Amino acid sequence: MARTAEGNLKPQPNGLKTEELVGNGFHNPREKSSPQSGVHPRQNKQESFEQPPMYVAVMTYVGYGLVTLFGYFRDFLRAVGLEKCHVAQEREEQKDFTPLYQDFENFYTRNLYMRVRDNWNRPICSLPGPVFDLMERVSDDYNWTFRFTGKSIPNVINMGSYNYLGFAENNADFLKSVADRLQRYGAAVCSTRQETGNLSLHEELEQLVAEFLGVESSMTFGMGFATNSMNIPALVGKGCLIISDELNHTSLILGARLSGATIRVFKHNNMCSLEKMLKEAVCSGQPRTRRPWRKILIMVEGIYSMEGSVVRLPEIIALKEKYKAYLYLDEAHSIGAVGPTGRGVTELFNVNPGDVDVMMGTFTKSFGAAGGYIAGKKELVDYLRSQSHSAVYASAMSPAITEQIIRAIKCITGKDGSTEGIRRIRQLAENTRYFRARLKEMGFIIYGGDESPVVPLLLYMPAKVVAFAREMLARKIGVVVVGFPATPITEARARFCVSAAHTRDMLNQVLHHLNEVGDNLCLKFSRRKHPSRPDPCEETNS
Amino acid sequence: METAPAYHLILEGILILWIIRLLFSKTYKLPETYKLTEKEKEDLIEEWQPEPLVPPVSKEHPAITYDVVTGPPSHKIIINGKECVNFASFNFLGLLDNERVKEKALASLKKYGVGTCGPRGFYGTFDVHLELESRLAAFMKTEEAIIYSYGFATIASAIPAYSKRGDIIFVDEAACFSIQKGLQASRSFIKYFKHNDMEDLERLLKEQELEDQKNPRKARVTRKFIVVEGLYMNTSDVCPLPDLVKLKYKYKVRIFLEESLSFGVLGEHGKGVTEHFGVNMDDIDLISANMENAVASIGGFCCGRSFVIDHQRLSGQGYCFSASLPPMLAAAAIEALNIMEEDPDIFTVLRKKCEHVYSALQGIPSLKVVGVSFAPALHLQLERGSGSRVTDLQRLRSVVDYCLDRNVALTVARYLEKEERFLPPPRLQA
Repeated sequence: MARTAEGNLKPQPNGLKTEELVGNGFHNPREKSSPQSGVHPRQNKQESFEQPPMYVAVMTYVGYGLVTLFGYFRDFLRAVGLEKCHVAQEREEQKDFTPLYQDFENFYTRNLYMRVRDNWNRPICSLPGPVFDLMERVSDDYNWTFRFTGKSIPNVINMGSYNYLGFAENNADFLKSVADRLQRYGAAVCSTRQETGNLSLHEELEQLVAEFLGVESSMTFGMGFATNSMNIPALVGKGCLIISDELNHTSLILGARLSGATIRVFKHNNMCSLEKMLKEAVCSGQPRTRRPWRKILIMVEGIYSMEGSVVRLPEIIALKEKYKAYLYLDEAHSIGAVGPTGRGVTELFNVNPGDVDVMMGTFTKSFGAAGGYIAGKKELVDYLRSQSHSAVYASAMSPAITEQIIRAIKCITGKDGSTEGIRRIRQLAENTRYFRARLKEMGFIIYGGDESPVVPLLLYMPAKVVAFAREMLARKIGVVVVGFPATPITEARARFCVSAAHTRDMLNQVLHHLNEVGDNLCLKFSRRKHPSRPDPCEETNS
Repeated sequence: METAPAYHLILEGILILWIIRLLFSKTYKLPETYKLTEKEKEDLIEEWQPEPLVPPVSKEHPAITYDVVTGPPSHKIIINGKECVNFASFNFLGLLDNERVKEKALASLKKYGVGTCGPRGFYGTFDVHLELESRLAAFMKTEEAIIYSYGFATIASAIPAYSKRGDIIFVDEAACFSIQKGLQASRSFIKYFKHNDMEDLERLLKEQELEDQKNPRKARVTRKFIVVEGLYMNTSDVCPLPDLVKLKYKYKVRIFLEESLSFGVLGEHGKGVTEHFGVNMDDIDLISANMENAVASIGGFCCGRSFVIDHQRLSGQGYCFSASLPPMLAAAAIEALNIMEEDPDIFTVLRKKCEHVYSALQGIPSLKVVGVSFAPALHLQLERGSGSRVTDLQRLRSVVDYCLDRNVALTVARYLEKEERFLPPPRLQA
């Protein structure tokens, strides 16, 4: 499957320019975008997607191949009866029903995932702050069943939770208003927004969100995932075209599928591919009838959670105006986490928020609550109030959660009178820069732009992924590792989420352990020479 | 030995040269009559006018202005400034302002904060989630339970996890909207049978059996499901579960039961429609319910045998790709379960009150009651519709306003007119 290498990586220019990426076997070369129009200095982003040496790809495939072979062997043993079958079985009375699962569907789960599944779904028993307590669990039968010993592993540094601004806290003073609301209103609402679920709290929240984002109005929903899957069908339908990025989140894909529109995919963050697709769509129209499209919707995310890359917003807006398409921006990870005052990618690129037709985001990550919102012009939000599936059929947001979001927004914007919000945003930006720079300096391959607090560290080989996770846990650092099928098969990675609540000491501790583990497991694949980390006092970009 | 005659050799030589020429010449392409010039493309781009992103909504549309509720939506509710008796929220057991529930939620808030900041796979699993799952499984006497963070997403993620393209699902016509979305996401063949009509269902199953006999190989891998609700949201009546179980074994289809309204309401201990009819829990493959009605929390759960439920942990989209339920809501649900277990009398009280209200509402001129007598959510429908949905809705709205003036809160049942498959006639929900 690997193509022959077209040559080694070009000799690297000084690491501050945008890099040319050369195909090195198993990837399509990512093209550079069209020449910069010089709109803003931030255009020359330091986004890097370095390719590893060739032998890494080969070893990865060999690794997967071996595990698959072993899988077949074990299946054979199970079928013959030599090995005990731990998998749950169908009922006796239903044995002659059509099997519920295809045998092959479960092959991956049975043979690959089961052996290493102690690295996921780790239960915790404290709040998900910068440090947390993990429940200790052991397995007596190679991860088929787990047993809790009753003890917990205290003070594990948390590099996995989406706690960007550190609002996952249980400080009694900060949470006083939330506790009051809980006491007064109860835990839930037991009704939909259109019936008796519309509390005055919800209206207050929506006004705050609209002000925060700089748009006319907004509407909030109880679940971030459901915000996408329930509102995209209300906006587009049959006869419309959705052009979505390759690496969009499952909720966006589900919403697009449920809407019934035609879906086309463009290469990740690649403006040439997008422009080509737009041009072709407008000129050719619908596939067989050639009628013009009713509308075209471009769906992108602010920060992509698996890559850490930031969307090229000004270029997309220019394209959208030229081809009269609409833009749907999903800021799940970027709202509150980027931008000088935390208002997301529109602020980062100095773009007018009114240019984005539909701004969507979630409150789970930076605000430490749950739920999602859609914001934009008043007509859009009024339409959604009447037509959104969630407003009609799904329950409204819990009052305590609403209060938490209100409190968080007030803190970020400084309305509660303190400078805590700005301090946290600055802390997050500083932590991100420091962490990324140190990792690059150590020689790891990391993806993504320099402002993104999501830091994927590439591990490639399946065995190293597992060893990394277990080793870091032994050193009391909780990391998140992801492999196939959430990422391409050769790009398994560990993903760090930097938080404003992390202190410099914690980051140094993590980096120290990463250094050791990186040496032990030979994870430092980068072949670039990086200048030593810039002094945090010197700002190269204003 | 025969030497080939000269003309043979010459002919073969010419043929070889011809083949070589063909091999190296360019393939013949049909002239591209459809290729547009750059100028034409630019003209097209300029001429094209898309529809506006959203169609304009008239200011009188009833769904734009919501009734504003200030204060907690418990037994007495303040809508638009008026204090009313609340007949409109789904707070069946009155657990919304139960002090014990609130206390537990507060304790959980103090310990865990508000949000979980992550999906279940990445440090979003808290001990409260595990406890709630095991309590639910114990309450319903099944092997395992799985929690979702939003009620709507529960059945809408569960159905596509099992049923894929090519499978067949038999659904009741009155299925609620979240089931319809789950069906749409699964891309399977959907066959609707008339509401609560077992003969219609049997007819469809027989037809399917005949089809299967024609193509046994395909039939061996096609999964078949029946999706029904315990207490239907749209018609407030109960599904005939024992008959369904008989059909299940006769035609070898699996049953998915959606118990959002009946969990915590039907049955002697509130275990739902299986207890109500005395059906063995193992006969139902999957029971899904949301905790936003009787349990007065947020979220949903599915329970059943481990063989069935464990699959959702990797393939339920609303489970894997979404943040987990905030711990204080999980703690509230656990406490609600405690109350339900300690005090099974509340179900009898609820049933008596339902019957009381049902008999009291009979005999109102020009309004008929839709639903069974022990259903906690009833529908009041106009006896003679005027033929136009809009006028009917306006009349119902005026009834609601009249009641609000007299301090009773009702609501017009809301549906998305264009999206529902079988649109129920306009009605009030109580």
